Amino acid sequence: MDAPVTNGITSGSTWPLSWTRRWEKPMQVTIEAVVRKFGATAALHGISLDIQPGELVALLGPSGSGKTTLLRILAGLDAPTSGRVLFDGDDALKLTVQQRNVGLVFQSYALFRHLTVLDNIGFGLRVRPRSRRPSRQEIKRRALELLDLVQLTGLEKRFPAQLSGGQRQRVAFARALAIEPRVLLLDEPFGALDAKVRRELRRWLLEIHNKTEHTTVFVTHDQEEALELADRVVVMSEGKIEQIGTPDEIYDEPNSPFVFSFIGESSTLPVRVEQGKVWLDEHTLDLDVNGVPNGPARLFFRPHDVEVGTDLPGAIPGVVQGLRRHAGARRVDLAVASLPDRIEIELPADYNIGRSGRIAVRPTQFRLYPATPQD
Amino acid sequence: MAGARGLALKKPSALPGFGLALGFTLTYLSLIVLIPLGGLVLKSATLGLAGFLDVVTGPRTLAALRLSFVTALIAAVINAVFGVIIAWVLIRYRFLGRRLLDAFVDLPFALPTAVAGIALTTLYAPNGWIGGWLAPLGIKVAYTPLGITIALIFIGLPFVVRTVQPVLEEFDRELEEASATLGANRRQTVFMVMLPTLMPAILTGFALALARAVGEYGSVIFIAGNMPFQSEIAPLLIIIRLEEFGYAQAAAIGTAMLLISFAILLFVHLVQAWSRRRFGQ
Amino acid sequence: MTDAAVAPLLVSTPQSQAVTTEQPLVRYVLIGVAVVFLVVFLFLPLASVFVEALRLGLGTYFASITEPDAVSAIELTLLIAAIAVPANVVFGLAASWAIAKFDFHGKSLLNSLIDLPFSVSPVISGLIYVLLFGAQGYFGAFLKSENIQIIFALPGMVLATIFVTFPFVARELVPLMQEQGTQDEEAALSLGASGWKTFVKVTLPNIRWALLYGVVLCNARAMGEFGAVSVVSGHIRGKTNTMPLHVEILYNEYNFAAAFAVASLLALLALVTLVVKVALEWRYADQIAASRRH
Repeated sequence: MDAPVTNGITSGSTWPLSWTRRWEKPMQVTIEAVVRKFGATAALHGISLDIQPGELVALLGPSGSGKTTLLRILAGLDAPTSGRVLFDGDDALKLTVQQRNVGLVFQSYALFRHLTVLDNIGFGLRVRPRSRRPSRQEIKRRALELLDLVQLTGLEKRFPAQLSGGQRQRVAFARALAIEPRVLLLDEPFGALDAKVRRELRRWLLEIHNKTEHTTVFVTHDQEEALELADRVVVMSEGKIEQIGTPDEIYDEPNSPFVFSFIGESSTLPVRVEQGKVWLDEHTLDLDVNGVPNGPARLFFRPHDVEVGTDLPGAIPGVVQGLRRHAGARRVDLAVASLPDRIEIELPADYNIGRSGRIAVRPTQFRLYPATPQD
Repeated sequence: MAGARGLALKKPSALPGFGLALGFTLTYLSLIVLIPLGGLVLKSATLGLAGFLDVVTGPRTLAALRLSFVTALIAAVINAVFGVIIAWVLIRYRFLGRRLLDAFVDLPFALPTAVAGIALTTLYAPNGWIGGWLAPLGIKVAYTPLGITIALIFIGLPFVVRTVQPVLEEFDRELEEASATLGANRRQTVFMVMLPTLMPAILTGFALALARAVGEYGSVIFIAGNMPFQSEIAPLLIIIRLEEFGYAQAAAIGTAMLLISFAILLFVHLVQAWSRRRFGQ
Repeated sequence: MTDAAVAPLLVSTPQSQAVTTEQPLVRYVLIGVAVVFLVVFLFLPLASVFVEALRLGLGTYFASITEPDAVSAIELTLLIAAIAVPANVVFGLAASWAIAKFDFHGKSLLNSLIDLPFSVSPVISGLIYVLLFGAQGYFGAFLKSENIQIIFALPGMVLATIFVTFPFVARELVPLMQEQGTQDEEAALSLGASGWKTFVKVTLPNIRWALLYGVVLCNARAMGEFGAVSVVSGHIRGKTNTMPLHVEILYNEYNFAAAFAVASLLALLALVTLVVKVALEWRYADQIAASRRH
């Protein structure tokens, strides 16, 4: 089962069909205190991250968060101002792009338009130095196998211009896999595709990952995608890591206002912690303080994590400002006390209330964070 | 007017003046271009097909056509190679004087051919700046086919540069990055990924330079030796025939040259159509 | 790019650009090759024009360009350009109006026809008129009987010049007007403007820089045309010689200094053309960019 760690020399040897399984142990990637400055501005402020072999990690964040910069540093297309990057304990920064043997998939596919699908896939093998280059028949055979893996058999003679977006991206994958990369890096791979294709390809990516078990790092701003695919999610914002955790941890236990509001939907209100209780304006809310120190704070909860009623003690009083249909339920915007903030809650579709109606809201799940200077 | 519009227009338009504009355009074209060119072809047709072929394949004519074409071909190839290098350097690198050099590339378009002709001749004559330097090495440039080729290099230089520049400018850097991550070194990326993509533009520029060079007169006539069979270019032969009042012969040679030009143009068209199909622009 | 202005060749490339460019040595060599090539093939010929023109001193220089035959050559050149360029402007406007604002059968054929002179040898461009209007041409007898002189006289030279230069204006206008579409004109019409008014007040201002660009190129070519005009001229000194033809005559008489003196005027014109061209491209790139992508 464990193929010898032969570093890619294949000419002369026969390859079992299962070559696409890991033929070499998946790689561990260690990022230590990586800083990337562009002139005076820093795109990355000291990122440290340990990626386990075979893990599928998502770098999630809004644009400008530095996630693509980090990915490019891993690929060798960019270099950090300071910090270390280790591949299986070895310094990766001293390797050139060509030497790093990473498989990079771009958002815009970056397929070579003058080459057929087959030639695109085999490109990485054809450019190898003679000593490591497989024979032409071998390259062709492998490319066809990969084509099969990505479920595009029959399209080998087509040109990229003749393929759909989803097909092109799969060819790009196959091309990256052909070089037997130690780590797969995906830069918003589904960003250029429409929603339906995106969903299909997400499922497909998971399948591929399970089959090939490459260490994979992918960048996305789509939190749904990150939560669905990743073993672990790294939430980034403005060049820093906000939180690292499994999708469940990120969703259920966000550790900062940014993460809470970025992942899933959220409603938020400014509150005060005093005497061990949470105060909204002049009255207390029946919510645990959870160790948040006295002072101004922010309450976060998800629109659907609420119980409502007309007369709930210790609940947030709201006045309905607007209602709308949302899938199988209703979304309601509430004005709260004299605050300018609006909160959004979810009600069953048949709940009987109209504009200007009064309702009391008690979050069943919530988080409380000390207020930041911006609040 | 309305009738003419109804006939020619594919879809109705609110804008006026179509008939007037198109009418004027067509008249102008007919009078200046079509009728005179038609006259040329007609005149050469008066020789009959046999006569036409006779003139065109006559030894002196053949030598002239061959000289014009071969020197143009060599010059166009040289321009293709160096044109790519120049375009590359102008687009991809930043260096002192780049903008100036870029503007200068258009000089052959702006400089009158006669001026270029006498300048090149003086430069490459045995006592010229360059000619004097090459003479001790036994290399004669002026009054030889080599001189013609040099003049044609001058003439065709901007073509490849200007057709390649826009393509190179818009070239997607991600393709280069992808190629590098797949393990290709810089040389492989340039020759296996970038140049093939540039090839249609290079071929177009090459063909345009070739077409221009085949019929070139002013910049060549001074530096060519004008010796029949040896260094006599086809356009000169046309003039000689004209002066001898051999109108039909001159017309025949002219028609032959037109055919060569159109063949080159057709080639350009095909290259562009092929590349549109293949690359799906 | 961030490192645009600074010590260009000596800035080390940041990693992000290092992957997509060549090693420094390769870069220097390529730049060197390009510069040497351009200097040898472009700069030296241009420089030699001025050096040779001034070889016998400023006195000879000015004498050469004020000599009567030279002066009449200059006048003839200017006259031909003064006729040919406006004619081609009118043609260019008409052709681009028809092509850009309307959709009709044969439009692409018309477009290709306009580019025709670029593929025709200058000598042929003159030959065709000799075949039509020369003494032995199709209309030769008729013209002789009416005592009209076309070949070996101004009309023939103007015709040949027009043939060679008419694409320049049209080629600049057509792509630009196609890009601009018909909205502005339709808006003006809907507001009640007449066709002419619309053209003058709406269309023309929109294309003025491309028009100027085309005029500059057209003029440069018109004044510098040699082969075509040579065929239809009679090379009659003082009468049917343009500046390029005069240069030829002087050169063939081994009167090099004078030949280069007159040539230097043309070279100056070329440089001015280049300067104007670059200035227009730089400032109004978007309005003439369409033509660059030809």
